[in-house]
Amino acid sequence: MPEPAFLFGQFVGGLTAAMFLFMIAAGLSLIFGVLRILNFAHGSFYMFGAYLAWQFMRWLGPGTEYFWLAAIGAATGVAMIGVAIERLLLCRLYRREELYQLLFTYGFVLILADIAKIVWGTQQLSVSRPPSLSGSFEILGTTVPHYNLFIILLGPSIALALWLLMHRTGVGRLIRAAVLDREMLGALGANVGGLYTIMFGVGSFLAGLGGALVTPVKSIVPGMDVEVIVEVFIIVVIGGLGSLWGTFLGAFVFGQVLAFGILIMPRFSIFSVFALMAIILIWRPWGLLGRPLSR
Amino acid sequence: MINRIPWVLVIFLVALWVPWYGSRFYTFLATDIAILALFALSLNLLLGYTGLVSFGHAAYFGIGAYTSAILMKTHGVPFAVSFPAAGVMAAAFALVFGYFCVRLTKIYFAMLTLAFAQIVWAICFKWNDVTGGEQGMPNVPYPDMSWMAAIPGLGGLRLGDQFYLLVLVLVALAVAALRRIVSSPFGRMLTVIRENPERAEFIGINVRRYQLAAFAVAGFFAGLAGALFGIFNRGVFPDFAYWTKSAEVLIMTILGGMGHFWGPAVGAMVLTLLNQQITSYTEYWPLILGSILVVLLFAFPGGIVGALVSAGRRLTRRGNA
Repeated sequence: MPEPAFLFGQFVGGLTAAMFLFMIAAGLSLIFGVLRILNFAHGSFYMFGAYLAWQFMRWLGPGTEYFWLAAIGAATGVAMIGVAIERLLLCRLYRREELYQLLFTYGFVLILADIAKIVWGTQQLSVSRPPSLSGSFEILGTTVPHYNLFIILLGPSIALALWLLMHRTGVGRLIRAAVLDREMLGALGANVGGLYTIMFGVGSFLAGLGGALVTPVKSIVPGMDVEVIVEVFIIVVIGGLGSLWGTFLGAFVFGQVLAFGILIMPRFSIFSVFALMAIILIWRPWGLLGRPLSR
Repeated sequence: MINRIPWVLVIFLVALWVPWYGSRFYTFLATDIAILALFALSLNLLLGYTGLVSFGHAAYFGIGAYTSAILMKTHGVPFAVSFPAAGVMAAAFALVFGYFCVRLTKIYFAMLTLAFAQIVWAICFKWNDVTGGEQGMPNVPYPDMSWMAAIPGLGGLRLGDQFYLLVLVLVALAVAALRRIVSSPFGRMLTVIRENPERAEFIGINVRRYQLAAFAVAGFFAGLAGALFGIFNRGVFPDFAYWTKSAEVLIMTILGGMGHFWGPAVGAMVLTLLNQQITSYTEYWPLILGSILVVLLFAFPGGIVGALVSAGRRLTRRGNA
């Protein structure tokens, strides 16, 4: 039996990873919930968030409090890219079969990956932590950097903010209506196309934010887009596509299974999460907290 | 008049000739195309004929490749046994995975196929003792082709050329079998299911069982393609089962046109040739491929063959008027 301090360390590590992934997964899940599109390019948005944050930091001065500005700037930039893609191209594919929508977003995975290579090269890039959060503290024998604590607190805050957006604002009410019956909502005179664009923008913003905030703990490398989309994909499937709290739960489960799976089966921890996803898909295809599709 | 020419036979005969008029490079390309064409055609049994969007078809390609490579390299089993074994193994996995997949519809079907494919990938990636893990299995041996020397004219060929001829014949046989399957009553039933599953259910067809059968058959042929590709590639790697590989074969199928039997083969050929051409100019092949894909989805949803067929129809209509 490993020491409790060690186990707690694994738990905190898993929780930090989970909260990063939650930010990204929440965006993917929101987009799916409203648009019914599984956006493969979501991982590319995450990668662009990371690269843009690095770029802004280079301009603003590395290792300073401008980090926060750079992160918000990067997320906004990614949201703009997302909105442009949705408005100019994707919106024309809504009436087509799912296959075309899937392949369309996959096309953008390829395009964005190469654009990132052209602009930023293939070298590893990294961003240092903002000075205000560069310290760490000790709890139960585990050293936790302040930055990780910030991420652990940010995850639930984002979940709460999204919940408030969906349940306490006019736009949120329209979005929930669009999830239930978009034709009816359109017939009642709401601008469904505009809602879709907003949702796509918010989802992309979250992906970009996740990418920007991950830069102080992970180096930026080509291929991080494809890697993260698989993880995020597992999370939304476990929790339930389109369900906010389901995604939160999915991220938590994913983080813990990876953190502890590595102790039980060192080599097959990645296998255990895929197996978990397959079991959930067989047992409850709509995920732990999701609702079955009406159609 | 054009329709009277047996195009498929002509293309097969021309393809047989490749080792004699081409360089080593052309044989290489032609082998690649033949194998990928079989892979794409096997996917189209699901996509075009049954209306099932599988996003994990690479799993069966990978299983076939690993089965044949493990049998041939680790256990010294002859190709004549390992090749069909690869197909059977892939079909067996497809049967198990498919059993769960066909219970779901549309996007959930696609996701579960993807999930199973990722499981296969993860096992290949991590199970070092059997699959070689991340490093894969290099140096998969060529099959014994000494018997070819008995056939006049083939004895003097290079090993790669001999293997190409073997691939071509095997792919041709497999494709002929696929062609028979889609035009059989079974194949017709799949089309009925694609067009209207509810109605098919009404008239007493066990839709799930047919879909599962189609899934297993498609897995079988993908496994055969994988076995050949592992030998051709001189090694098998976990990437064979990765989701981007599944996306690639989907692109081939869509590019060629899933509404026509030969569409995916055309797609495989065009994509392989384009890849070869473009990568000699620039390293940014994915950028080009992604752009092609986006344009294709907007401008030619029927793929190349679909566009050609409708253009041909327009021409004949004008001729008749």
